[in-house]
Amino acid sequence: MTDSAADVARWARAFQAEIAEHRDRLTELDAAIGDADHGTNMDRGMRAVVAKLDATPAGDDIGALLKTVGMTLVSTVGGASGPLYGTVFLRMATATAGRSELDGDGWAAALDAGVEGVQARGKAVLGDKTMVDALVPAAAAFRHAVESGATAGEAWHAAAVAARAGVKATVPMVARKGRASYLGERSAGHQDPGATSSYLLVHCGAEQLGGQAHSGAVRT
Amino acid sequence: MKKLINAPEDVVREELEGLALAHAGMVRVSLDPYMVVRADAPVLGKVALVSGGGSGHEPMHGGFVGAGMLDAACPGEVFTSPTPDQILAATKAVDGGAGVLHIVKNYTGDILNFEMAAELAREEGIEVEAVVVADDVAVRDSLYTAGRRGVGATVLAEKLCGAAAAEGRPLKEVADVCRHVNDFARSMGMALTSCVTPSAGRPTFDLGEDEMEIGIGIHGEPGRERMKVAPADDIVALLAGPVVEDLPFRAGDSVLAFVNGLGGTPLIELYIVYRELHRFLAGRGILVGRNLVGSYITSLEMAGCSITLLKLDDELARLWDAPVVTPGLRWGA
Repeated sequence: MTDSAADVARWARAFQAEIAEHRDRLTELDAAIGDADHGTNMDRGMRAVVAKLDATPAGDDIGALLKTVGMTLVSTVGGASGPLYGTVFLRMATATAGRSELDGDGWAAALDAGVEGVQARGKAVLGDKTMVDALVPAAAAFRHAVESGATAGEAWHAAAVAARAGVKATVPMVARKGRASYLGERSAGHQDPGATSSYLLVHCGAEQLGGQAHSGAVRT
Repeated sequence: MKKLINAPEDVVREELEGLALAHAGMVRVSLDPYMVVRADAPVLGKVALVSGGGSGHEPMHGGFVGAGMLDAACPGEVFTSPTPDQILAATKAVDGGAGVLHIVKNYTGDILNFEMAAELAREEGIEVEAVVVADDVAVRDSLYTAGRRGVGATVLAEKLCGAAAAEGRPLKEVADVCRHVNDFARSMGMALTSCVTPSAGRPTFDLGEDEMEIGIGIHGEPGRERMKVAPADDIVALLAGPVVEDLPFRAGDSVLAFVNGLGGTPLIELYIVYRELHRFLAGRGILVGRNLVGSYITSLEMAGCSITLLKLDDELARLWDAPVVTPGLRWGA
């Protein structure tokens, strides 16, 4: 199954709903090791994204749609999450410019571009206790699944499982990037809020993309 | 917690509206996107200075916009970085053709948003340099942290670079002044009480009635140590000691001594701190060449203070004395 721009828009809307539902949880996680605004900021940004999608005529170009999402996040989220999430979507937009359909290979390339972008922007590597700890394993699992002959839907499912494991792995980590790094050893024992919201993004992909919406959602 | 506001979501907009009304001769204020711009911007042929960051640190940065200091400030929501589109708009509004210096405090969000804005501005043909200020000795500078936070030295850098730009110096030289200030200034702060962000409505951190936090950050980030409250003179030693040792400042050095209130501490107490700081420095043979005492980089209503020392030379003293006309800092004009 391939995904159209309409499927991608549904993914963005599902992510908004998921962020809204988990807003307070994300803010609580951030209060423990950051500045207690991750849920609020992401919620504000994704509401703006949905408002923008509502106000923009639906087109076929997946790249254009992802660019709208990215630019809206950059201009509404603030903090570190705005440029970081914005960069994920803007790089995926560049990788999918002009495409009206994405298959597993197309998504693998887009996810790789998004993850490379966020690493270049934030200069974080695996183990720094950031969103990278969810996104890098997710993109790697997606690519591995596609290259092993899995469908795009199966690859999204594998990516969500990897992202969730990545989130859990942030709990014992000592933060080396962002505000949490000021805590040093005291940051250990807390789940990273950015990795958590990143997992929600991949989880929504597993529910909405790769034909999942047609064959029934996969709970991960 | 009681606050003198209308609604938490209106705090930044209403503050900017008030600033615009109070200082119409010095600044223009945009509410979409949020920016405070020098009334006569762009000044043709002059390097423009843009800074910004989360709100809640007033008068920094919006109160430092005007002749001899910043050309524009980009306020974010309380303790939240401004966004790249906002910083880009400010950069374009003040570019007088000689380039724009971004003065950025070392916080991950500020750096990422200013970096994206600088990339966008360069794509539009504007020359942009960015200098990051990171002077808080309470944070261990290491590859394994986000590095030292930008605090009191930011105020000094904005004043000194503003003077250099007003003299007509080129972008690289103005940026060099900023880098020099960052290299030769060190700070540390302490809190007696927490700040309370309007949206949270409760203290950011819990501090006992008889406790203080040494090494506090301007968003309530934890410091080096929590201890029992001590007399002001002892607190000065706890702050000035690590500051002096870090650079280090040596006997014979001349310094600019900056005693800053964090928002909830009265001037009467800041002068008690300054009195002891002056004595502390004199005891080490360090001469106070210039000083600044008052609340200039705050953390909402947090009670406490920070001490910043900048090693002075004749050039910096001259730039410090140059005229400045802003809502928050004004002399010589």
